[in-house]
Amino acid sequence: MSVAAPERRPSDLFPTEDQYTGHLNWRTRKATWFQLFCLGMLSIAVIALATLLYTIVNDSFGLVAIVNQNQPEAVLADLGYDPETTSLSDLEIDEMVSLLAANVSSGVGRRLEREQRFYEDRLVFESDAVWSEICASSEPPTGCNSAPRGAANVLALVQERVIQPDVIASNQLLPSLVSPEDFEVEVAAGFEAGRFQDYTLDQVQFEWRAWFSPSFLLSPASATPEIAGIRTAILGSLWLVVITVLFAVPVGVGAAIYLVEFAKPSRLNDFIQTNINNLAGVPSIVYGMLGLAVLVRLLEPLTSGDIFTGGASPSDNGRTILSAGITLGLLTLPVVIISSQEALKAVPDSLRQAGMALGATRWQTVRSQILPIAMPGVLTGTILAVARAIGETAPLILVGAASFITVDPSGPFSKFTALPIQIFQWTSFPQEEFRNLAAAASIALLLLLLTLNAAAVIFRNRFSRRVE
Amino acid sequence: MAIRGFLFVCGAISIATTVGIVYELGKESLLFFRDDEVALLEFFTDTFWQPQAGRFGIGPLILGTLMITVIAMIVAVPIGLAAAIYLSEYASRRVRGFFKPVLEVLVGIPTVVYGFFALTFMTPLLRGALGGNVVGFFNVLSAGIVVGILIVPLISSLAEDALSAVPSSLRQAAYALGASKFEVSMRVVVPAALSGIAAGMVVAMSRAVGETMVVTLAAGASPRNFALGQDSLFGYILNPFQGAQAMTGYIAITANGDLSYNTIDYNSIFAIGLTLFFITLGLNYLSRRLVKRFRQAYQ
Repeated sequence: MSVAAPERRPSDLFPTEDQYTGHLNWRTRKATWFQLFCLGMLSIAVIALATLLYTIVNDSFGLVAIVNQNQPEAVLADLGYDPETTSLSDLEIDEMVSLLAANVSSGVGRRLEREQRFYEDRLVFESDAVWSEICASSEPPTGCNSAPRGAANVLALVQERVIQPDVIASNQLLPSLVSPEDFEVEVAAGFEAGRFQDYTLDQVQFEWRAWFSPSFLLSPASATPEIAGIRTAILGSLWLVVITVLFAVPVGVGAAIYLVEFAKPSRLNDFIQTNINNLAGVPSIVYGMLGLAVLVRLLEPLTSGDIFTGGASPSDNGRTILSAGITLGLLTLPVVIISSQEALKAVPDSLRQAGMALGATRWQTVRSQILPIAMPGVLTGTILAVARAIGETAPLILVGAASFITVDPSGPFSKFTALPIQIFQWTSFPQEEFRNLAAAASIALLLLLLTLNAAAVIFRNRFSRRVE
Repeated sequence: MAIRGFLFVCGAISIATTVGIVYELGKESLLFFRDDEVALLEFFTDTFWQPQAGRFGIGPLILGTLMITVIAMIVAVPIGLAAAIYLSEYASRRVRGFFKPVLEVLVGIPTVVYGFFALTFMTPLLRGALGGNVVGFFNVLSAGIVVGILIVPLISSLAEDALSAVPSSLRQAAYALGASKFEVSMRVVVPAALSGIAAGMVVAMSRAVGETMVVTLAAGASPRNFALGQDSLFGYILNPFQGAQAMTGYIAITANGDLSYNTIDYNSIFAIGLTLFFITLGLNYLSRRLVKRFRQAYQ
């Protein structure tokens, strides 16, 4: 069988010089464009991060239009102080309490006292007889058992109840810096349009306000955005860190040691390993539901503290710090186990063999040889996992973190709120001022996480130096 | 031996967790389905979620979750994949030193802060760009985009791991044949790492399905009930500019506040939670299968 040779010269098979360089140029251009495209995509991540941080900072500071029901200067002058040299925070606690007593109705006063009392030794609004009666009742108010209000707390009450500042409009940082007069125009237009019917324009003061400020960090929560703070939320989050760590670290490291050092390949141990990998992928909200069903509901006597105190726990159900902490601990557990396993596996086998050759038991080898060397890795992984858990909101919503609590948490069995919950609540309110509060609380949360991460780095460096 | 026992118990706690999840979610779901108002078939086929009217079809909630997940993947896959290719194939040590921490910080930011970002930045931006009458205050698009940003670091780091696990001999062979860097990346390295990359995407998808806070804050609290055939498909059912509650959003909103035990609302969140659990479990299983395939190819 023969085929006629094609009528083509060999050079036809190859591109001409022009075609060749043209194609090569096109390929080079394509490569360059692709590189730029990838870099551009990567830059989007940077832009996203920058925008996010900008949004938070932008809402945390700025001009506000504020109306005070009582001017602080007038209040101070009434008390005989010079407003130029004295401020409300300089007042004695007695003076503030009497200011309060003069300005709030006795009903409100009693309510405040029942929430938390003003003095250890005497009552201001309640009579002794009524007080001992309500404290002996089956559901005593929180004021019966908690410590008295401190100066900062009373000052916050004076601000809220006496001065009664009302932020009627707030502006963001950037527009406040670039064109402050626009904001005044906008507020004036708001008055003309009849948006602020309770006030007149000349009552309004324009001032700079840092929503993220020391007093914001130290004040308890409040329904009035002007004086609301996040102290209770910060304390709640710190309590959660403690309980999460106490639960997740021993259990997690123990499980990792078992799986790496002790477990022989068996179906059960394989199953444990697969199961841990699976748990790491379960959405956090599902852990919240587990916490709700088991810790809050099923183990209520334990998590509400009733079996320890004989029914006199500060909260009357299982929605406590303990439940939330263990829920977050369970959530963190797979990550702690996996990162501890990595750290343990990285320790060379020669050390294990050396330990055993010296006659040490497996556990002695692990305790005095392997664990100290793996410690930096274990700690770093753990702290990073805990930092992630602290930012979790969904599980806390499920286990019933209270959204509005003005009393500091007093122990693992008290009701609580936490920073992410506070941010969630404030973000979902329609008023602009709460958005500012949410932004400021976000800064606080990010700083808390930053601290934890910095601690991880420091721990790692410290420990690795000691070992080597 | 006692210590060994203690350590074993630590390991067994993880099993107890799984059993607890399946048992409790299953038990409450059973109570939910046993209720006279609810039928199992209706739960999976009805396209109305109106507990007040006694209609419990998970369709609208799955629709919300699905739309947000799809938008998130459309945003995150190109960004994450391109970022991974750049970091693994192009970037110098210094460039990596700049970008890697940025991605790590993005991972570390709590999701509730992303939710705040969606509501105060993304939504106003979209409403400004497309018109307030087109885009609702609560909308799926804003939630989807922000969830996308949230999962970019996940995709990029998993894809980068897969790319750098491709043996460099493959790259060198391609270079020796005269391939450009683009050709090496797209025709040799990416195809070789494909199942690893796909595994990362599936993990990211499962994360997007389970994401709660952004979805709760930005996508609104009303399920998008629809009637197939009657409602316009693109004008209403799949319209990304209006709100649609997702599964996680429903659970969070319902549980927020005082939820009494043994009510149909209480039981319903467990039925939805169980569905969510199985969806993510399936996705995670898929991703592990993909990783296994990838490992077999190169080890």
